[in-house]
Amino acid sequence: MGIRRSDFGAAKSGLPIDWISRRESDRVRARRGQVRISLFVACYNDTLFPETGIAVTRVLERLGQTVEFPMEQTCCGQMHYNTGYQGEAVPLVRRFVKMFADAEAVCVPSASCVAMMREHYEFMAAKEKDAGFLAEVRSLLPRVFEFSELLVKRLGMVDVGASFPHKVTYHPSCHSLRMLHVGDAPVRLLRAVRGLSLVELPNEEQCCGFGGTFAVKNADVSVAMLAGKNRDVAETGAEVVTALDNSCLMQIYGGLQRAGSPVRTMHLAEILASLDETETGDGA
Amino acid sequence: MKVMVGKTAQAPEFPAAARFALANGQLRANVHNATGIIRAKRALRVEEMPDWQQLRQAASDIKAHTLRHLDHYLVQFERNCTKAGGRVHWARDAAEANAIAIEIIRAYRVDKAEKAAEAAAEASARDKIEGKVQTSFEDKAEVIKVKTMTSDEVQMNAALEAAGITPYETDLADMIVQMGNDEPSHIVVPALHRNRFEVREIFREKMGLPELGDEPTDLTDAARNYLREKFLRVKIGVSGANFAVAETGAVCVVESEGNGRMCVTLPEVLISLVGIEKVIPKFEDLEVFLQLLPRSATGERMNPYNSLWTGVAPGDGPKAFHVILLDNGRTALMGDERERETLACIKCGACLNACPVYHETGGHAYGSIYSGPIGAILSPQLQSLEHSRSLPYASTLCGACYEVCPVKINIPETLIHLRGKIVRQDQRKLLGIVAPENLAMKLMARIFMSHGRYETAQRLARMGQTIFERKGQLEDLPGLAGAWTRSRALRPVPQQFFRDWWRTHTPDVAPDGGGPKRLEVQA
Repeated sequence: MGIRRSDFGAAKSGLPIDWISRRESDRVRARRGQVRISLFVACYNDTLFPETGIAVTRVLERLGQTVEFPMEQTCCGQMHYNTGYQGEAVPLVRRFVKMFADAEAVCVPSASCVAMMREHYEFMAAKEKDAGFLAEVRSLLPRVFEFSELLVKRLGMVDVGASFPHKVTYHPSCHSLRMLHVGDAPVRLLRAVRGLSLVELPNEEQCCGFGGTFAVKNADVSVAMLAGKNRDVAETGAEVVTALDNSCLMQIYGGLQRAGSPVRTMHLAEILASLDETETGDGA
Repeated sequence: MKVMVGKTAQAPEFPAAARFALANGQLRANVHNATGIIRAKRALRVEEMPDWQQLRQAASDIKAHTLRHLDHYLVQFERNCTKAGGRVHWARDAAEANAIAIEIIRAYRVDKAEKAAEAAAEASARDKIEGKVQTSFEDKAEVIKVKTMTSDEVQMNAALEAAGITPYETDLADMIVQMGNDEPSHIVVPALHRNRFEVREIFREKMGLPELGDEPTDLTDAARNYLREKFLRVKIGVSGANFAVAETGAVCVVESEGNGRMCVTLPEVLISLVGIEKVIPKFEDLEVFLQLLPRSATGERMNPYNSLWTGVAPGDGPKAFHVILLDNGRTALMGDERERETLACIKCGACLNACPVYHETGGHAYGSIYSGPIGAILSPQLQSLEHSRSLPYASTLCGACYEVCPVKINIPETLIHLRGKIVRQDQRKLLGIVAPENLAMKLMARIFMSHGRYETAQRLARMGQTIFERKGQLEDLPGLAGAWTRSRALRPVPQQFFRDWWRTHTPDVAPDGGGPKRLEVQA
């Protein structure tokens, strides 16, 4: 079961044979147009939204890709960094960068985590005045992809063979929109899903009010912002709201559920994993 | 030196002030309405500019260069302004700025009184009787003011009043705020939180016009009559500045009403209170900023009034011109590139109109005359993080402010930078070390450093949550999490984490990549 062996473990073992055999099989895969994808599922997805990681795995494996999940992974450091605990985030970043150093492509089903990496990792490494660390960051970052980016930009896939006969609206999360600039990649993926009817969300670029610790530190403002977002969601008449970030969806769900709305929230990966009427993988 | 930024020292923390604002339906409706209109107009005027991004970059570059060499450009400005007949004063803080202004006003009045006395002594009895010479000095101690956020920053009106001088705000919105004993709620549109019915009530009471109607023309007519009398009578003007040109010593004020033009041309003495960051190197740099500013601020292609003056000119405009260059905490930002960038702000207010937090709360919640995203980084920095410490957290880091900023100030990055400084400041104090947030963050950082600890924490969370589970949701969580469950539903931690599933997962593709179940897909 070499597939589940973590990169981190391999790096730690220091055995050149691991490295050589991996590179060798990477070459075989490359000839078949395949990529060895290391999944960084994000700590909150792992713990609160396992169905998203399952869906990502199912979609990628369905496309013939190899997925591996380094078990040592925890957190990218975003929460600490954005809340002001930047010193505490540095070891987490070092850990992440080491763990995925040998990855061919890293898939992250969380736009805000990818934004954390692209916006801050290099700056943090430079601030540490550690040339090795900085070089590792620079080498790794071009291989890190948000889930929709991985499909559209890295794998060149728009139609992943999904079927989801429902009315769906898409909330472009702030990090995916303004930091990753994913553009229309998620919308193109949704348009290719059989039976799916996509309705535009009014004021879609407006923040949902989550904002990490903002959601609890400024709970009243956060909820006021959410009310506006969910008014717009209701206006679409959609059955499902989707996004690239479960953090925003957790906020949107929190408001919808409390208000007794029947509208559901689903990560984009879960829609793309759906075949016929079965919407998510097992275990959810 | 004591830095003062408006009334921030007495302001409540943002979450508390925001609650107050959120409870005011009228205010929220006014703010939603007004920001929506300005936002749409701005978008229209930006879209028609093919070189908008290049203009933003040029502005950002000019500002970065100027702030990097501010010492040079300030001295150059002083030299050229002085050469043109102006007088330049340097104020380290609010108290100095106010003292300088009051001294200028006092000196002018003493001079006038002396001249009047001399004239009285020299004049013949007949001239006196016929009123050919002014033999007494009777005008009241008054100033007319326009467009000066810096004067709000240093609380100049209060200082003038304490010195027996009456200030009249002449920018329409500032006048409404002053008459209503109110605080400005927006950088460009200070009375944005008021609708015209509220304005009518203020005018009816303060102008003594009980019959006043509420049509926009009724209100502007009333304001015009009230202000014209002041423009013609009051001999001292106080202005701010949008730009100060080092190369020529010129000062520039842009506005929409023409009241600013009156203020900077009609009085005998003009005092301009200018933050040191307002200097730009060359006259031609205005080309960039005078395109960016009106489109960003009010969605206009050009400001209706662009006033530019250099020193004094005989027979034209004020006879004496004073510039007070204000530091008030600004130089403390110069040493750090990230912090210095905040001073590039041209006070267009686009970030306020774009900010989803500002939309909900309006400007008063920020407790500072500098509200919205730019206020959230400017107010705390000017005061070395001694006040306005809750403001860097008053943002979801959504990035809408950065996207519209005409000088490309990376506000989200600066917010994060300031949060870091606040955390490190607190961690140096015992109270900060034992604060629940700090302990929780330290603990979580430790947990995340080992996947064994992380998995244990996952399992503990699943066990611990059972006492909060009601009907498939988590309710009444303790601590900060309680702020979530009070107003939002929360799913419990599931029975199977992703990593649990992964342990049982058999891949559908062979490890060598030759997938047996590959679907037919099109790229």
